[in-house]
Amino acid sequence: MMLSGMHANSTTRRTLSASAQLLRRFHLDGMLLGLLGTVILFGLFVLYSAAGENVGQWINQLERLLLAMASLFLLAQIPPPWLRRISPVLYGVGVLLLLLVALHGTVGKGAQRWLDLHLFRFQPSEIMKLAVPMMCAWYVHERPLPPSLRDVLIMLLIIAVPAVLIAKQPDLGTALLVASAGILVVFLAGLSAIVITAGAIITAAAVPIAWHFMHDYQRNRVLTFLDPSQDPLGAGYHSIQSQIALGSGGLFGKGWTHGSQAQLEFLPERSTDFIFAVIGEELGLVIQLGLLLLYLAIVARALYLSVSAQNTYARLVCGSFALTFFVYVFVNTGMVSGILPVVGVPLPLISYGGTAMVTLLASFGILMSLHRHRQLVGA
Amino acid sequence: MSRAVRIKDHWREQRLFSTRTLIAIIVAAFLTSMVMGRLFYLQVIKHRYYSELSQGNRVRLEPMPPDRGLIYDRTGAVLAENTPAYELELTPEQVPDIPDTLQRLSALGLIETDQIPSLARVIRASRKFSPVPLRLSLSETDIATFSVRQYEFPGVEIRTRLARWYPFGESAAHALGYVGIISEDDLKHIDRDEYGGSALIGKSGLESAYEKELHGAAGQQQVVVNAQGRHVDSVGGVAVPLENKPPRGGNDLILGIDMRIQHIAESALSGRRGAVVALDPNNGNIVALVSTPTFDPNKFTRGISTKDYVALRDDIDKPLFDRALRGTYPPGSTIKPFMGLAGLEYGAIEPSTARNCHGGFALPGSSHVYRDWKKEGHGTVDMRRAIATSCDVYFYGLAEALGIDHIHTAMSELGFGNLTGIDISGERPGLVPSPAWKQQAYKQTWYPGETVIVGIGQGYLLTTPLQLAHATGIIATHGKNFRPRLVTAVRDAVTRQVNALPPLEDRAVTLKDPSHWNVILEGMEKVMEPGGTGAASARGAPYRMAGKSGTAQVFNIGQNQKYDAGRVSERLRDHALFIVFAPAESPKLVVAVLVENGGHGGSAAAPIARRVLDAYLLGKYDVAGPAPIETAADPQER
Repeated sequence: MMLSGMHANSTTRRTLSASAQLLRRFHLDGMLLGLLGTVILFGLFVLYSAAGENVGQWINQLERLLLAMASLFLLAQIPPPWLRRISPVLYGVGVLLLLLVALHGTVGKGAQRWLDLHLFRFQPSEIMKLAVPMMCAWYVHERPLPPSLRDVLIMLLIIAVPAVLIAKQPDLGTALLVASAGILVVFLAGLSAIVITAGAIITAAAVPIAWHFMHDYQRNRVLTFLDPSQDPLGAGYHSIQSQIALGSGGLFGKGWTHGSQAQLEFLPERSTDFIFAVIGEELGLVIQLGLLLLYLAIVARALYLSVSAQNTYARLVCGSFALTFFVYVFVNTGMVSGILPVVGVPLPLISYGGTAMVTLLASFGILMSLHRHRQLVGA
Repeated sequence: MSRAVRIKDHWREQRLFSTRTLIAIIVAAFLTSMVMGRLFYLQVIKHRYYSELSQGNRVRLEPMPPDRGLIYDRTGAVLAENTPAYELELTPEQVPDIPDTLQRLSALGLIETDQIPSLARVIRASRKFSPVPLRLSLSETDIATFSVRQYEFPGVEIRTRLARWYPFGESAAHALGYVGIISEDDLKHIDRDEYGGSALIGKSGLESAYEKELHGAAGQQQVVVNAQGRHVDSVGGVAVPLENKPPRGGNDLILGIDMRIQHIAESALSGRRGAVVALDPNNGNIVALVSTPTFDPNKFTRGISTKDYVALRDDIDKPLFDRALRGTYPPGSTIKPFMGLAGLEYGAIEPSTARNCHGGFALPGSSHVYRDWKKEGHGTVDMRRAIATSCDVYFYGLAEALGIDHIHTAMSELGFGNLTGIDISGERPGLVPSPAWKQQAYKQTWYPGETVIVGIGQGYLLTTPLQLAHATGIIATHGKNFRPRLVTAVRDAVTRQVNALPPLEDRAVTLKDPSHWNVILEGMEKVMEPGGTGAASARGAPYRMAGKSGTAQVFNIGQNQKYDAGRVSERLRDHALFIVFAPAESPKLVVAVLVENGGHGGSAAAPIARRVLDAYLLGKYDVAGPAPIETAADPQER
């Protein structure tokens, strides 16, 4: 690639210790890996308490983590051009699977999100978290940037198809993440400020229409977000209990495994979507702020890696993944602390369960691959 | 710029991306600081507020219901106790859809469909977190039915509770009364703190009248609960210090009733409708208080089914009706000793004044003849003999001489027409007529003939068996006037000390000439001697009795009663009454007996009184005493 030489000196800056060499060999970013590892270990520590000292759950999580780490490692080994080439395939298969789910999916927790593959149940919407930004980047990377209005509209269509399918399942949280991952690509690609403003206006105008198509429980969530005390035992319960958990934690918390809100099950979804409230209740504000800074550091490092990536496709995908990760963090912590409505978005790397963990680390694997392979390509 | 000239400018794209990334980082930092600010607000500024909320979340005050006081008879037999029963309860705040839940419970046959509206009302009026009993007693089948479906009914639970049990069943049921589920109405009158956790409240009889003594006060218990309201021992392995305020149990009641005598009186009435009141005239203590037919109060404490209740309510024999207190009957000839006393007191007649009875009496200037029960008449009778032979003509004349105003005053003085003040509610005052009363009730003037028939206890005069016993006690004690009472002592729940309640003595009845007491007493003694109307029942008694029989005419069948060819003729027969006390020289017991449609007082009612007296004075409990039913093992079948 013609621009690779521009960054050639950045690698020589570093003294190559043995471990750094090993990391380089496997296309891994040491700093990012370290940050992710720290959060993951902290998450395991918190989960033990949040899961009510349920060792079974904890071991389940450990197994998923290993799977997730493996997928990170494997994806990091795939050469970037391959990734780029399979982007439309991945996207196409994903959309197909979403359609399959819509027709034949099994129902879990009242929503039709899973595809039963007999061996394991599989959530196709998770693929889309990766496939949508990759597809958008694939579409736009050969075209001149900033994208033309036509390109923007096509990309929006690429985003809208899976997002609508996922929202229909209904899984508002994932639909939101998938859509934002795609839109972030469009944004990073240089979407003009005029279009952003226009989009914002259209979105505002679309709110009543969206309201019309929402499920009752989704409407309730929005309504109770506006006033949780309306229905303290019903839809507002999550929000109220999680704020009580946070507020009663104070600066230093009630102590690990000593949070009454969490341990006495006042806090719903305490090991999954509301685990951030457990952290606040048991470990306190100081630790929480530390965790938020850690998350920001991950985002910053990932963005740094994307800026230094060697081509448009890599930059856009990496940037989108980095910022999607931030969307996770913000939506979850915002929801738990009551500044956002309750949507099913887990706290990344910490919340128990799901394929979310695998998808997340997979995205970091892709990110590292796209970043780290350039030296080899450039060499 | 046209499409054709647009080519990829990598430098520009790189810079564009960097700018966008920078914007994104700034936005991310801004959003993160928003979250951080929010966390700071919650965890530092509002920390105290949320701490209290979280404390309230886990520590809940749970009421501890007190044990209801027991009821004993004078011999120490337990008449009302607490036994465990399985109760179906609903905690309103834990039930998502109360009407639906009730509907589904009734579909399972666990509650009755027609009870749903009243249960729903009680649930609405109750506190959200305190369990409301839906059914007081579940059979094993019910428990099984519910247990397998419990998961469908969040907030509905089976709990073991102490339920009321009356070991003697139907015996003395009217006096004891019964407890039932606290109703919406009850909720308005009680201190909810004291009734926290209580499901039952006295509904009638002693259970209701002594509710304050029997109930006690609920305690409070701090418990750690999780979000489902389930009790947990600790929070994260650390036990939480809790404060308890134990409940104060209800006090025990000790009655003057002797169940052996109660049972003798009940079995002596043997299936007839009637009432027996036996009391000690020296203190007002009631020894037996019988109304038959009776009912099983255990049915009520275990949640009576609507069908059973309707059956009891609509029974032509009115088993729920307490005839001893609420039944008002013309006293018939049993009024004569009192009428005689009034005549002597007001100087309408002298004890030795003799009157000639030839079977009829007519008011001056009237052709209407008031007949004596004895067609040929009693010949010449004085006061004593008139009482002994129950001469109607003598008392027709006496009543006329007294006049209705004096009769009204004297009868009222003796307690007729007034509540005796017995320590359970529901008592009726009966009626002592007066011209003023008649004017008010019927807008009619008083006719002299109406005075005449009041003289023999007919006409408008109505008394309760309790009033008769009470008034007889006044004669027996030469004017002492003790208020009838069931409870003679209370045992304190805390100190376990028995505190005897002093008898309540009302204003004594005094005569201008106290020797007149003996005139009446002698007349009543003669009733029990050969030639008297009660002689047959006194035969062979080792103690002297003083009594008076009465036979009261029944005018008509009560309204709203079903026509029953087999029963109508029976129900037109006279009421049989008898009042008696013994021993005549130092009275220990007064007995008043009423047998509805029993015929003659001397033959139908007097023998019952005799058996009660024999039992009390001689200890002859010849009828096997009532056996308390040992356990509440078999809750009522539905």
